[in-house]
Amino acid sequence: MAGKKGQKSRWSAGVTPYAEMGYYEPDYQPKDSDILCAFRVVPQEGIEPEEASAAVAGESSTATWTVVWTDRLTAYENYQAKCYKVEPVHGTNQYIAYIAYMIDLFEEGSIANLTSSIIGNVFGFKALKSLRLEDMRIPPHYVKTFQGPAHGVVMEREYLNKYGRPLLGATVKPKLGLSARNYGRVVYEALRGGLDFTKDDENINSQPFMRWRDRFLFAMEGVAKAGADTGEIKGHYMNVTAATMEDMYERAEFAKQIGSVICMIDLTIGYTAIQSMSKWARANGLILHLHRAGHGTYTRQKTHGVNFRVIAKWMRLAGVDHIHAGTVVGKLEGDPNATRGYYATLLADKLKANPEQGLYFDQDWASMPGTMPVASGGIHAGQMHQLLHHLGEDVVLQFGGGTIGHPDGIAQGAAANRIAVEAIIQARNEGRDYLNEGPDILAKAARWSPSLYKALEIWKDITFNFESTDVPDAVATLTV
Amino acid sequence: MRITQGTFSYLPDLTDDQIKAQIQYCIDNNWAVSVEHTDDPHPRNVYWTMWGNPMFDLKDPAAILLEVNTCRKTFPREYIRLNGYDSRYGRQTTALSFIVNRPPNEPGFRLDRQESNDRVIRYSLHSYATDRPAGDRYNE
Repeated sequence: MAGKKGQKSRWSAGVTPYAEMGYYEPDYQPKDSDILCAFRVVPQEGIEPEEASAAVAGESSTATWTVVWTDRLTAYENYQAKCYKVEPVHGTNQYIAYIAYMIDLFEEGSIANLTSSIIGNVFGFKALKSLRLEDMRIPPHYVKTFQGPAHGVVMEREYLNKYGRPLLGATVKPKLGLSARNYGRVVYEALRGGLDFTKDDENINSQPFMRWRDRFLFAMEGVAKAGADTGEIKGHYMNVTAATMEDMYERAEFAKQIGSVICMIDLTIGYTAIQSMSKWARANGLILHLHRAGHGTYTRQKTHGVNFRVIAKWMRLAGVDHIHAGTVVGKLEGDPNATRGYYATLLADKLKANPEQGLYFDQDWASMPGTMPVASGGIHAGQMHQLLHHLGEDVVLQFGGGTIGHPDGIAQGAAANRIAVEAIIQARNEGRDYLNEGPDILAKAARWSPSLYKALEIWKDITFNFESTDVPDAVATLTV
Repeated sequence: MRITQGTFSYLPDLTDDQIKAQIQYCIDNNWAVSVEHTDDPHPRNVYWTMWGNPMFDLKDPAAILLEVNTCRKTFPREYIRLNGYDSRYGRQTTALSFIVNRPPNEPGFRLDRQESNDRVIRYSLHSYATDRPAGDRYNE
């Protein structure tokens, strides 16, 4: 590659702009097998967006800061990531950089390796003011190297014998401080009242006030007894998150031994541990629930970190059966369109790029089973029509406070939620405009259900209407 | 007790018209409707007795309701459920399943606890009805 006037040649020693080293190739046609990334880039003052984007491509693939002759021992054109498109985001100092990576750059079936490349070094790069990974296209060639969900949505429903409606759950509250015996009481009441699942919270592991083994035993008593009361299969997400893999395997083995249908891990355990637990869960027949603890530190701000839709993709590949993915109407961050994009990412087999939902690429999951999204945090029975509208039917709706906080007791709170979801599903299937008629449908059911009546009364004015920090810039990007 | 398996067990029993509306929903989604019955309602009794094959080609809700009602007349004291089956690629599973008939009296389940070592308890559900032979349950 001969240098242009005023430029040095590609191979002279020293520092060459990334864009001139082959990391910016506007003519490049991505291959079907390439891994594609969309980064939101804010360059430092005085740095051209193409150069900043090429730097991202370089630093997340083969480049270092200076020319190295040892590149010439390799077929380096293949291994260099290529930024093939840079689009300004209307009305901002941001750019979306599209970068293609050859599949050979990544070890088969390893989220750790994939992420060490893609987000390994580049986020600290000085030439960038900020950087965010917005989306990835994982080609079927690479998808097929991952196990995927231990069971997936279809198998989970067949296993639990529950069809045609969202599953219902509750996180035991207070999340810290209950003794094991009291904890099991909450499990029992919520399940016998009508929920399908109860859940350990992310930070319930094995603390002085309640050790894991004691919790598992009392929770299982609640699960079994509620099963006998209702004739349904019930489960409690036993959180096996711990300091070491050995500890987690020990806890998971025990959950299996006592007959739990499901166990749980936190995102904080790391990608490799998640993949290990997924293999374990498939081998041992337990559904694997993932709480996305910690994700907000890098997913929420629009110009920094990794968008949750990318985390969702990685976790479907890594093989979890459940993942928290937002509620839209609850207390935690979640723009409706972006959340729809997360849910589609977790559930669909073939996805079309959809800027309105923040989906930058087509995505073919090559028949990998879906991961069940979980909606948790500040939701209640009175929102059931909105929840079904925004989130659909393949979801676990988790009402923690919205079950345990019911004035007549936990079981009545659970029953209110179950009646509400069945009434709304029935109305939807009957062809009614359930979103607009929702309050009316629920009020009618409340006439014969005192539990639902009280739930609707007490939480009728509770909404969490705050502006989202993370919304797709759909139209702006589209019109560029 | 009331067994709460199925999509609509927390609602009052569905009327024939309400059942017909759900059948119509299945037909609109191109789901095959099937009817199954049992006198063993253990939650892990997966294979209820099929009331004929799934009605893949029947698109008339009234005709399907007639099948439901014939099954009810034949087994008035058993559990009967109606399923909608989604054969779409990537799904290929039940999409809707709800109980349309129950025995007049549901005795429910006994929870058996087998005490094992180290405080572990092995649980199993025992359906009172299945103490009697199949075909002779829920008869009084």
